[in-house]
Amino acid sequence: MNPLALRSLLWLGLFAVSLALAGFAPALGLAPVPVPFWLRVDLAGAISAAMRWLVETASFGLFTFKDLTRAIAALIDLPYQGARFVLVEGLREGRGSRAVTLIPPLGWLTVTLVMTALGVWAKGWRLGLFLGLCFVYLAAFGRWESAMITLASIVIAVPIGVAGGLVLGVAAYLWPLVNRVLSPVLDLMQTVPTFAYLVPILFLFGFGPVAALLATVIYAMPPMVRVTTLALRSVPTELEELSRMVGCTGRQRLSKVLLPAALPDLMVGVNQVIMLSLNMVIIASMIGAGGLGFDVLNALRRLDIGAGVEAGLAITALAVALDRLSQAMAQRSQRPGVVLRGSVWRRHRWGLSVLAMALAISLLGWALPALQTWPESATLSTKGFWSDLVKYININYFDQLEAVKGAMLGWLLLPVKRFLLALPWPWVLALLALAGAQLGGRKLALTCAALGLFILSTGLWEQAMTTLYLCGVSVLIAGLIGVPLGVLAASSETAARVIGAVIDTLQTLPSFVYLIPVVMLFRVGDFSAMIAVVLYALAPAVRYSAHGLRSVPPELIEAGTVCGCTRWQLLTRIRLPSALPDMLLGLNQTIMLALSMLVITALVGTRDLGQEVYIALTRADTGAGLVAGLAIAAIAIIADRLIAAGAAQARARLGLQGETAA
Amino acid sequence: MHPAPVKLACRNVWKIYGPHPERLLQGGAVPTLSEIRESQHVGAVRAASLDVRTGEIFVIMGLSGSGKSTLIRCLARLIEPTEGEILFDGQDLLKASPSEMIEIRRHKMGMVFQHFALLPHLTVLQNVAFPLEVQGVARNLREARASEVISLVGLDGREDYYPRQLSGGQQQRVGIARSLAVEPELWFLDEPFSALDPLIRREMQDEFLRIQKKLKKSIVFITHDFDEAIRLADRIAIMKDGALIQIATPEELVLNPADAYVAEFTAHVPRAKVVTLGRIMVPGAAENVAGTLPASTRVEACAGRIEAAALPHAVTDDAGRVIGHVTPRAVIDVLLGRGGA
Ligand SMILES: Nc1ncnc2c1ncn2[C@@H]1O[C@H](COP(=O)(O)OP(=O)(O)OP(=O)(O)O)[C@@H](O)[C@H]1O
Ligand SMILES: [Mg+2]
Repeated sequence: MNPLALRSLLWLGLFAVSLALAGFAPALGLAPVPVPFWLRVDLAGAISAAMRWLVETASFGLFTFKDLTRAIAALIDLPYQGARFVLVEGLREGRGSRAVTLIPPLGWLTVTLVMTALGVWAKGWRLGLFLGLCFVYLAAFGRWESAMITLASIVIAVPIGVAGGLVLGVAAYLWPLVNRVLSPVLDLMQTVPTFAYLVPILFLFGFGPVAALLATVIYAMPPMVRVTTLALRSVPTELEELSRMVGCTGRQRLSKVLLPAALPDLMVGVNQVIMLSLNMVIIASMIGAGGLGFDVLNALRRLDIGAGVEAGLAITALAVALDRLSQAMAQRSQRPGVVLRGSVWRRHRWGLSVLAMALAISLLGWALPALQTWPESATLSTKGFWSDLVKYININYFDQLEAVKGAMLGWLLLPVKRFLLALPWPWVLALLALAGAQLGGRKLALTCAALGLFILSTGLWEQAMTTLYLCGVSVLIAGLIGVPLGVLAASSETAARVIGAVIDTLQTLPSFVYLIPVVMLFRVGDFSAMIAVVLYALAPAVRYSAHGLRSVPPELIEAGTVCGCTRWQLLTRIRLPSALPDMLLGLNQTIMLALSMLVITALVGTRDLGQEVYIALTRADTGAGLVAGLAIAAIAIIADRLIAAGAAQARARLGLQGETAA
Repeated sequence: MHPAPVKLACRNVWKIYGPHPERLLQGGAVPTLSEIRESQHVGAVRAASLDVRTGEIFVIMGLSGSGKSTLIRCLARLIEPTEGEILFDGQDLLKASPSEMIEIRRHKMGMVFQHFALLPHLTVLQNVAFPLEVQGVARNLREARASEVISLVGLDGREDYYPRQLSGGQQQRVGIARSLAVEPELWFLDEPFSALDPLIRREMQDEFLRIQKKLKKSIVFITHDFDEAIRLADRIAIMKDGALIQIATPEELVLNPADAYVAEFTAHVPRAKVVTLGRIMVPGAAENVAGTLPASTRVEACAGRIEAAALPHAVTDDAGRVIGHVTPRAVIDVLLGRGGA
């Protein structure tokens, strides 16, 4: 028997033992294994105490920590107020209803015009028109002010995130030491869920847009750092040598050769920063960001279906618009342009005329208020439609929906949950260590066991198992849906295009938006959470399996065909096994996305680690929030390391097979 | 003939890659190839010494991986040699400070890269003007100079194109123009034509010779195409496993290879392409001659003329004095690969 089959048999046996343990332990009256006191560490308390000390007493001599946070807050608040002034408020005199507007903000038509012009400039009329429609939609459906508040945050957060990411990325490129310090920090930041960032920031900076902006920047910056370092590293060596041969100084090398040559890659990073910022700005409405995210949050809290869907659609419009625009700009940076010579006017004709037109419209806005603010009478609303639709579905299909929900809960969700919760923790730790040892050797076994122990020591074992259960089931279902879709996308061009477009759009949506339809149809609970997670985490499962299947060497498939394989045999015997390493990477990504979404589903009433973070957030309890966040990170890291090791083994096995065949 | 002064010299240059390269050379040790390999190191350049004279085209040849690129990058100090000395106009380059290096590179050295190394975000004009821009030369001055070299390489009218809008041959012309913009005294070329197809390559070689005739640079040129080396080189260095095996004129290399490796390397070269009249002439003037030819003429270039004439041709040295004569018979011997030559 080959070792692989032996190992499968071993795990089958272990699974049976686990089932027995989980099934009989309660029946035999065995109490859950208590956690010894020396394994309980009050990390949360310690962190909270440290934070309190920071805020209340810490001092750097000349100034206190509090002064420092105030200074940072002021520094960010200034440009933010500027952006709000331009986009949202304008200049007003007086307060409340008696306020008189002295200088109005940019009107809807001006902003729409500028966005359209940007679209045309970046790609062409089609994109320009699309962007224009998106913004008209925001205005016509009465979402303008919220959208502009959100946009104001993004307008400030993105440049800070990009600049910060560039500086850190360049530093990591230039100095290996910086790279060595930075890269584990970035790793951790990518696994700690979004909510967990919010807690300490809320504690340090208080409730409000500044705290939200800060959280947004911190969340959106890490990918930019990574992209910058990678982009600089992948500049051809010859260009670097050229910069030295022509006698560039260090600064010239960066500004005239390396950064411009890396620009197309950097623009991909900018796109990521924009999309992550949008995602976080929406989530950060929980700590006072306002805007569209607040509208969604509000609607969810009141279960106001129409308002929720409308706000969600507005976010979708904004997200898709920003994504298309920034992607077009990234592509534009790769296209050679036409060199214009001559006066400033000749070279910037296009930009100057748009500017002039925007100015003219703004001035006209004094006389014609409809150009400034979309007239109330012309505002459309689909609230009623959505409420009616949902009501209709709920009345006519209630039984079917309930049946699906009940079946899933009864046959899948609850049994898995009960099983995992009943497992004694020493057994789970032992299994973790064993898996680590088999896939990656002693070091991985130790890592897994240590991370498991960490979770145990926080006293959040039950919540962690709940997280594991929800995440596990969701990933399973995402896989069951995603892999066949991937197979489909790999087998036909048309399917690939359609599926690709849907997946791309799904991925641009901020995670918050997924909650809306789910709550409308299934109300709160684990089932709703699961569906939201599956939707959000589906993309990588599809994409990686399609990619893996497509990159199977054609000779292999030809070899199979020559041997007389049927299509099904080709798929199961040749293509899927060869695509396994890629699919494992997709699994990894799916798990990461599932975990990050899971935290957000705390809003629909799950009882997992995410809920702990959410509760900590509402109480501004830094310690509890961070510890729960770290526990989620621990789960993510365990999954990541195990799968990475598994993928490496699979790859080695495939390589070996190739060798024996040759 | 008195040789021109030495422009660039390197003495006992080593470049060893691996965990502890300096240990292998400690205390003046001279590790053998197998010693280097056994200790998990790569001897990319081993004990290389050479002189490049002013106005000379010095070609480095060798198989892939023999260390040519590493050596030329050591000469330009793009890579720090593990050990050795590099003298540029008598000054030790390896002791030059960073700011001195910048000065030297800005004004005295130029390099043409194998894969062109054009900046994708700049137009042809801006690419060529780039070295001047780095020096802080005013825009109108540098663009005027760039236009000059652009027409020198025959790219007039393409100033506003971007690199990706040009063919490979055109891109390499831009690379050449750029390295000429600062009028370097020393010119490095690392397989500049190897990415081009044979027709364009030949065209570029002619172009290169034409430019060199005009500008008289000191040139270090890498290739692994022996035909190219023969066409261009004043002297050729053959490299193997990081060491320079023989440095000689193309004719010497073919006629007196230093070892079996060089002999094998040159085995398929038609003699007529390298042998000069000076080597096959009979000393002393002939009574009646059909014409005169310089001694440095290669047989290939004048075979038709000599063969067609009934009488021998007189052979003259650099100063124009008659030093011998060649018969059609001697030329035919070379063409057929007969006899000693
Ligand atoms: N950075 C490096 N680290 C380790 N080994 C290197 C490095 N650079 C070059 N080498 C090794 O040094 C040897 C010489 O490489 P080099 O690039 O100089 O060869 P080359 O003669 O230019 O070959 P080609 O004709 O293919 O360009 C090779 O064996 C190569 O693997
Ligand atoms: Mg090379």
